[in-house]
Amino acid sequence: MPQVTYILPDGSETTLEARDGDSVMETAVKNGVKGIVAECGGACSCATCHVFVDEAFADVVGGPGDLEDDMLDGAACDRRDTSRLSCQIKMCADFDGLRVEIAPKQV
Amino acid sequence: MSGGILIIGAGQSGMQIADTLREEGFDGAITLVGDESIPPYQRPPLSKAYLYGDADEESLQFRNEKFYADNRIELVLGDAIVGVELGKEGGAATTASGRQLKFDRMALAPGSVPRKLDIPGSNLDGVLYMRSIADARALKSRWSDAESVVVIGGGFIGLEVAAVARKAGKKVTVLEGADRMMARAVCPITSEFFKAAHERRGADIVLNARIDHFEGDGTRVTGVALQDGSVIAADIVMVGIGVLARTEVANLLGLELANGAILVDEFAQTSNPLIVAAGDAVMLPNPTGAEGLVRLESVQNAVDQAKTAAKTLIGKREVYRALPWFWSDQADLKLQIAGLSTGYDQTVLRGNPDQDAFSVLYYKNGRLLAIDCVNQVSDFMAAKRCLTSGQTIDPIAAADSSVALKTLITE
Repeated sequence: MPQVTYILPDGSETTLEARDGDSVMETAVKNGVKGIVAECGGACSCATCHVFVDEAFADVVGGPGDLEDDMLDGAACDRRDTSRLSCQIKMCADFDGLRVEIAPKQV
Repeated sequence: MSGGILIIGAGQSGMQIADTLREEGFDGAITLVGDESIPPYQRPPLSKAYLYGDADEESLQFRNEKFYADNRIELVLGDAIVGVELGKEGGAATTASGRQLKFDRMALAPGSVPRKLDIPGSNLDGVLYMRSIADARALKSRWSDAESVVVIGGGFIGLEVAAVARKAGKKVTVLEGADRMMARAVCPITSEFFKAAHERRGADIVLNARIDHFEGDGTRVTGVALQDGSVIAADIVMVGIGVLARTEVANLLGLELANGAILVDEFAQTSNPLIVAAGDAVMLPNPTGAEGLVRLESVQNAVDQAKTAAKTLIGKREVYRALPWFWSDQADLKLQIAGLSTGYDQTVLRGNPDQDAFSVLYYKNGRLLAIDCVNQVSDFMAAKRCLTSGQTIDPIAAADSSVALKTLITE
C-alpha cells in the first residue's frame, strides 16, 4: 500500500498506509489525523481539506482540475503553487512516499 | 461518574459527537449505538458516487477500526434501544438484543427515515427509498437490469438518482407533486433551471403529478399509474418525498418535541438537562441568529451542531452559531447553497443559466441572506465567507458577473 506523510500545522508528521484508490483526505480522516476538516466528505464542495503538495511530488501528482481550482481560490488559507484539495488526490503506487503539508486554516 | 456518555444514533452526527468529546478531552466511557450493522459511514455518496460505481462501501466509512479503538469509542452496532430508565444522575438503556448500557449523560442523534408513500402497490418489489446503505444496496442490486426508472419527488435525492440513471442510459421520469422542483429549498429561477437542465439531459419531468397506485405483475413493480389514467412503465421506482425525524427514544424519555422533531435550545440541550440532541432529527433555534426554530437536514448541521452538543455534555457551553450550507451533485451540475433564504424579498441573477453556470442571490431589506450556485464555486465560496462573517454584497453590483463576487463584499 502506498504511504503518505502529513505535515501538520504544528510541524509534527504522521505517516500512514493508504488504501489504493482512497484519497489523501480519506486516508487522513479515517485515521483521525487532525487539521483536515473535509466537511463535504470528498465531493469537492467545501475546500476544507486544503494541502500543499511537497515540491518533489508536484509534477507526478499534477495540478487541480477547473472546479477544484476555483474552490482553492476561496479556501480559508491563501493558496500556493502546489495547493490541492486532498479529496481530489487518489492514492496509487506512483504516489508512494507522498508528502503533503496541511494548510493551517481550513474553515 | 461511572456510566459515561451514551450516544444513540451512529450516523454523521453521532460519530461527530464521539469525536468531539475526545478532542475536547473527555476521558470517560463513550458508547455509540446504531441500528445499522456497519460502522458510521457517509450517506451523501449513496445517491451519487456509490450508485454510479465510483465509491465502494469501505470508502464510505468515516473512520477505521483503529480510530475507534485508540479513542476508546465502543461501537454497539446492529442493535436498537428499546427501553430507557432515567434518574437525576443518569440511567440505563436496554437494547433489542438485551444489552444494558449504563450512562451518566446521553446524546441523541437518531437521524431520520424516508417518508413512505402509502398507496396501493407500495409493497411491490422494486419500490425503493434512499437513505441507508441497505436502501442503496437494494437499488444497486436492481440497477443494471433496469431499463426504466421512475423517481417520485423532485427534491435533491430524487434528482441525484435521476441524474445517475440518465448517465447510465436508462429511461427516466421524475414525478413531482408540486408546481416546481426543489420548492422547499430554492427559488423559482433555480427550480425552472433544473427542470429544463434535466430535460435537456433526457429525463421526462412531470410537475403537479397526482399518483394513484403502483402497477405490478404480482411480485414486482411494473409501472406508476397517475390519477389521469396514464401509466408510466417502471422497472424501479425510487421514492424521495422527504424524511421524518426519528423520535422513538425521545418518546421513551418523554422529551419535548416540536413539529415532530426533538426540540433543543441553542446549546443543543433537550428538555432534559442530561440529554443533548443533534442532526436531522432536531428542531433548533435558527443558528444564523434569526428568529424562530428550524430543522436542518444537512451534513453541515449534523457536524456543527454535534460539536455544540458534545461541548454542552462536558460543561463547555457555547451558543450554536453557524451558516447552514448544502450541496447536491446532479450529473455535471453542482448545486451549492449557502444561507437560509426564508423570508427573502428580492433575488438577483448572476451569470447565465443557459450556459449551466449561474448564481441566484437572495436578499431581505437589501442585505444578503443566501445564495444558490450552479457550477459557480467561486461565487459560493465568496458568499459563504461573506455570510459567515455577517457581511453583505450590494445587489446591483452582484448582477455583474464580470466582477468577482469576493471583491464586492462589504459591511
